[in-house]
Amino acid sequence: MKLKPIKAILLLPLALAFAMPTASADEFTDADLERWQQQFMGVVQQGRDLWTSPELGTNGVACAQCHPNAANTHPETYPKFQKQLGKVVPMWEMINWCLKNPLEGQPLAADDPKMTAIQAYVTHERRGVTLEPGKH
Amino acid sequence: MNTIHKSRRNFLKTAGAAAIGSTLPISLIELAFADTAENFTFAYISDAHIQHIEGTRFVRNWDRGLIRAVAETNLLVPKPDFVFFGGDLAQLGTKAELDHGAEIMSALRYKVHYVMGEHDYYLDLGDYWEQLFGAQYYSFNHKGVHFIVLNSIRTYDDWTFNRWPSNEQRMLEMAGLDNPNGSPFMVGEEQRNWLKSDLSKVAKTTPIIVLSHSPLQKIFKGWNFWTEDAEEIQTLLKPFDKVSVIYGHVHQIQYNQIGNISFNSVMATAWPWPYPQSYAQAEQYLPKLTVPMNRADPFFERDATGWQFINMNNGNADLHYTLYNNTARSVIYNTKTKQPEDSAYQSEDARIPPQTHF
Ligand SMILES: [Fe+2]
Ligand SMILES: [Fe+2]
Repeated sequence: MKLKPIKAILLLPLALAFAMPTASADEFTDADLERWQQQFMGVVQQGRDLWTSPELGTNGVACAQCHPNAANTHPETYPKFQKQLGKVVPMWEMINWCLKNPLEGQPLAADDPKMTAIQAYVTHERRGVTLEPGKH
Repeated sequence: MNTIHKSRRNFLKTAGAAAIGSTLPISLIELAFADTAENFTFAYISDAHIQHIEGTRFVRNWDRGLIRAVAETNLLVPKPDFVFFGGDLAQLGTKAELDHGAEIMSALRYKVHYVMGEHDYYLDLGDYWEQLFGAQYYSFNHKGVHFIVLNSIRTYDDWTFNRWPSNEQRMLEMAGLDNPNGSPFMVGEEQRNWLKSDLSKVAKTTPIIVLSHSPLQKIFKGWNFWTEDAEEIQTLLKPFDKVSVIYGHVHQIQYNQIGNISFNSVMATAWPWPYPQSYAQAEQYLPKLTVPMNRADPFFERDATGWQFINMNNGNADLHYTLYNNTARSVIYNTKTKQPEDSAYQSEDARIPPQTHF
């Protein structure tokens, strides 16, 4: 009895696959991988541009002034207890703290494309580093 | 001599605590000799990065750092013989920034010697800076010590003269610490020749203090914690008994010993920089000897700036760091191992978690 709904879910993509054989959900090509990587790196580049931009805040200060190559930002440690905020926070909350204080600017919404780009850039600079959520 | 040194240090701590409730973001440097009448001190302020927004607006945070250092330096007793400024007075080398920085510095009641930083230089190659502060490289003698100031942030002529469509763009490209379009710092042939001839007139027993903006040693090329012709400069300094190189630019505590040369960095009044090992994608050579200062707390905007009291005891450098919101540090020249060592944290098992940079 319990298996029934799961079967139904599993069958749905198969049914779609038969209906549209060119859009198989579990198949992708090297060209797809390349395209997705390009999409990602495009957003990383947007993040780098924001990171070095004097326009992100209001006083001309750029993130990169204190964080060259996004160093000392530790994306691999979030979410973590941020002692200055007194709670466990995801990284974007700390980014907003920097936007408001050293950059004297406005915070960004969590799903703002600029926030996504900044996090993509910062995380890309830490590629290869072991995930250590909570580490301080 | 030690008594004098200690009492001066204690005075500073007391004066700092009484006057401002905190410590001083300047470097007081005491030169001590067998004849204590020859002792003298000088203060060291560096990396103010005065940054123009528009009109009469400048970045408040950086202004405050320099204003505070100047005000506190004026409180020093005994009075330092002079003050050094270690470079990067401006952020983008403009007249507005250099004038504003010079105006803040003009409140100092002492003679000031200036060192050129890349943020001062790459707009007009130091023209306006020279009008305000004098020569880009020079030497002088003071109470038995030979002081040498180098402009160590020059680079390849092709990069400086042929690569950029405007001076403004050249400045912007060099101002980004992590900008891959930048170029490695160097002293260059002209100054190396001058240095050679300058040193030829100095006795090998005379203590020498070299002041440069970049480290005259190679630590991390990606952020120009680096001087391309460092080894050639070190070779010129090698015949002398006691040499100290004091440099800015890195916005953090570093120390090292290479042969007869002690290296000490000074901190910025503007902001601290991460240690290069915290950039996961690059090779770096932070001196093994250096025990890093604590990771900065961004919620205290003056954290990880501070001052160091340097006692040149018979030509050996003893450093006493006092850090904002942190325990004081002492890096003492060990005459047995012939290298500077932290008095509390030097051994691996004595270090504390905030000194781990990752
Ligand atoms: Fe600097
Ligand atoms: Fe610099």
